[in-house]
Amino acid sequence: MNVVPELKPDDYATDQEVRWCPGCGDYAILKAMRKVLSDVGADPEQTVFISGIGCAARFPYYMETYGFHTIHGRAAAIATGTKLANPDLDIWLVSGDGDSLSIGGNHLMHLLRRDIDLTYLLFNNEIYGLTKGQASPTSRPGTVTPSSPSGSYDRPAHAVAFALGSGAGFIARSYDVAQPHLVATMKRAREHRGTSFVEILQNCIVYNADIFADVTDKKVAGDAQIHLEHGAPLVFGKDGDKGLIFDVKTLSLKAVALGEGGVAEKDLLVHDETNAVLAGLLGAMDGHALPMALGVIYCAPERPAHRPAHPDRPRGDAMAALLDAHLRKGHTWHVA
Amino acid sequence: MNIQIQDPAAERKTPVERQSIEAAVVRFAGDSGDGMQLTGSQFTLATAVAGNDLVTFPDFPAEIRAPVGTTFGVSTFQINFGSREIRTAGDRLDVLVAMNPAALITNLEDLRPDGLLIVDASAFQDRNLKKAGYETNPLEEDDLDRYRVLALDISKLTQATVKAVDGVQVTNKEILRTKNMWALGLVLWLFGRDVAPTRQWLGVKFAKLEDIATINIAALEAGFAFGETTELAHNVHAYEVPPAKLDAGEYRNVTGAEGICWGLATGAHLADLPMIYCSYPITPASNMLHILAGMTGGFGIETFQAEDEIAAVTAAIGASYGGALGVTGSSGPGIALKTEGIGLAVATELPIVIVNAQRGGPSTGLPTKTEQSDLYQAVFGRNADCPLVVLAARSPGDCFTMAVEAVRLATKYMTPVMLLSDGYIANSSEPWSIPEVAGMTPFTAQTNVVPDNFAPYMRDADTLARPWVAPGTPGGIHRIGGIERSETTGNVSYDPANHQTMTDLRARKIANIAHDVPEQDVTRGDGAGDLAIVGWGSTYGPIGRAVTNLRDEGHKLAHIHINNIWPLPRNLGALLANYAAVLVPEMNNGQLVTLLRAEYMIDARSLPKVSGKPFNVSEIEDAAREFLGETS
Ligand code: SF4
Repeated sequence: MNVVPELKPDDYATDQEVRWCPGCGDYAILKAMRKVLSDVGADPEQTVFISGIGCAARFPYYMETYGFHTIHGRAAAIATGTKLANPDLDIWLVSGDGDSLSIGGNHLMHLLRRDIDLTYLLFNNEIYGLTKGQASPTSRPGTVTPSSPSGSYDRPAHAVAFALGSGAGFIARSYDVAQPHLVATMKRAREHRGTSFVEILQNCIVYNADIFADVTDKKVAGDAQIHLEHGAPLVFGKDGDKGLIFDVKTLSLKAVALGEGGVAEKDLLVHDETNAVLAGLLGAMDGHALPMALGVIYCAPERPAHRPAHPDRPRGDAMAALLDAHLRKGHTWHVA
Repeated sequence: MNIQIQDPAAERKTPVERQSIEAAVVRFAGDSGDGMQLTGSQFTLATAVAGNDLVTFPDFPAEIRAPVGTTFGVSTFQINFGSREIRTAGDRLDVLVAMNPAALITNLEDLRPDGLLIVDASAFQDRNLKKAGYETNPLEEDDLDRYRVLALDISKLTQATVKAVDGVQVTNKEILRTKNMWALGLVLWLFGRDVAPTRQWLGVKFAKLEDIATINIAALEAGFAFGETTELAHNVHAYEVPPAKLDAGEYRNVTGAEGICWGLATGAHLADLPMIYCSYPITPASNMLHILAGMTGGFGIETFQAEDEIAAVTAAIGASYGGALGVTGSSGPGIALKTEGIGLAVATELPIVIVNAQRGGPSTGLPTKTEQSDLYQAVFGRNADCPLVVLAARSPGDCFTMAVEAVRLATKYMTPVMLLSDGYIANSSEPWSIPEVAGMTPFTAQTNVVPDNFAPYMRDADTLARPWVAPGTPGGIHRIGGIERSETTGNVSYDPANHQTMTDLRARKIANIAHDVPEQDVTRGDGAGDLAIVGWGSTYGPIGRAVTNLRDEGHKLAHIHINNIWPLPRNLGALLANYAAVLVPEMNNGQLVTLLRAEYMIDARSLPKVSGKPFNVSEIEDAAREFLGETS
């Protein structure tokens, strides 16, 4: 690998004009991404952004790294091929909710179960932006759009539950304008070996504005969010006065006020990011009855990789000899 | 006639005399569970070892374990072998081995009059007869009079043999499963073949099941000995088929699937690239995945069983983008799913090889039957103007050559190449003069060299190929994508004039390849005449035989067989103009013929066949006679 000179976030920007709608959450994610690469000293020549189709999928054009803007839903499969061809690459996959969970749902599922070593960023804005505002697989029931004038009928797909169910080894969540949190989360994702899946709540200002405001708005954030930290008690609330306990009777999480009824911090659940059952419970919290979990929801303990590294091969004459021997294996005969 | 079941006690009194014949067609037919494919391939091996030229045609049902005794559960293996050049699996059977009534009723019409019919009489019981649709036992009727019938109680003969073997612990069911080896032994004797290769193969196959190996070998040898020692019916002869005069060299049998896999591996070596084969299981292409997955001995081949056909092609694209040779293989319905991905490879000008082992369609169609009806799909079957290279292999051995060529063209021109084979070529085998990989000229591909003044869509002046700069290459950072891109820089461009330029460039790049592939030759016959029979793919054998036969009769016709489907050979139009008529036999409803008519505005005529079976030579001869001023 080359010695990479210190690069500033802006050094990861291309000369291409960024074409998202003004005010789109994608700008904030782009900014965080460039900072991540700068902070970790990523070698642009070893870094690849691969995307499908959608607003988010324009991402590679704006990163001064290698990039491949592919077709709708297939980025996961393409990135898999690229990683098999060159395991040294640092691959980032950028995809939206339609790209990931509708047309590309099958590929995402299999990417996660194969645990290909790359970082998957799912920009979830709960709407189809690029095609002008149809309901997406993550839209809430009743979402009124041109394709669902009476409100959408279908229950939404849930990114974190999907990832967990597909056998993902790393699942995290953040949101576009949570800059330091997003940067830290993406760095953790990059460090993890295997597929690191990050759901990023992203505000589509044109077609689904403020859909996450009840969680991300500064005024409510304290009570509507819980920031996970491995080994730390599950405390939240704008004054840090609430926490989560496990209710054995209902097999579910419950929010409690610290100090009320004698509940102390030591009674709270402690976040264990290696616990898949806890991850399921935390991932399902939506910021209403229970705060939405942000940060690393699940990070599996080291898992054995079964797929061997790409097989080595001899070159030139040695390979020719190998092939010649192979063609002559089994029954052969000579004609004079 | 009342057929007498051969009495095994009738000892041979006279020494075996063998009648020398030039060629013979043998078909083994039985239940899916009777092991006919194994029997056929072992007979093939013995035949090849004896130096005959040969062509095989395995034909089996789509059901994995069809109900026993049913007509749709019949599995057959046909082989045509001889001392002359063999080009087809043969129209008419000289010998039919029918292991049960269903096998008899479904195959008898292909047996020539006076042909030899060997039946396992023990299987002709009420239940089996009924399942096959026989009201009465055909062995007890006159219907079989025009054949020479050898009705043997193979079950009893096999049981008697195995019971005589000391010390084996086997069930009656296991004993009866060796009936196919008994029948094979008899047919090997009939043609004076050696049982040794099969004996050796059984020893290896059942290395861990010693008793099973022992009883199979016993049955094989007993079948052979039965021929040797028993006075067969007076009209049953033993034959001798002398070796064919093949070119000198080292030979082996090769199937089309093997030919393609080994050709791809050789092509990757010549291009000095690691190969990643990405595929999803589909009949009849899965064999390629199995063969390549088994090539673990340091060939630099990785296989990736994708979650679906789309993932298979796009992973191949990702692999090529990453600097490896991405290859995907499938059959028609799977290729249909890959279509959008192939468009991305065309747009981003990445080299991939797509193998299509064609089968009967549309939709699921006839998964295990052969057809060559994906020519339109290969040449035209994508959205927008989306040209790529299409090659077709004509025989199992040719699969190797064309696979190497597919890799060469893909990497030299930075384009997807579609290689067409079909179910017939994929599964059938022929003796193959093994090429010397060491002597082949490399066509090394560079994936990490950044040219001066690099731009992702700059082009080589001759090939019009863009540079292949894989991620990880120092100094080569760039981005590509499916959105139309500006000529040279590759930046996103919606400019109308640029789209015209890029569309023209993509078409010209592929059209130019006609200058880098061989001119069309005349496979058989002269460069002008009354009729050209033009074929592609697996019609090679029957067209060749038909043309040879008709030329022997003095007709002025030629066989022209096309490997380069797109772009077509640069001289083809001029060549075809030299014939008064052009006939195009195809195992489809007329696809190449449309292409030829469109490209050259000639009055080419179609001879379509879509029965799931290859052409008979006579079908082509009959059609040709009409153009040669004869009526058939
Ligand atoms: S449509 Fe929505 S998601 Fe797309 S760029 Fe505009 S604001 Fe962003």
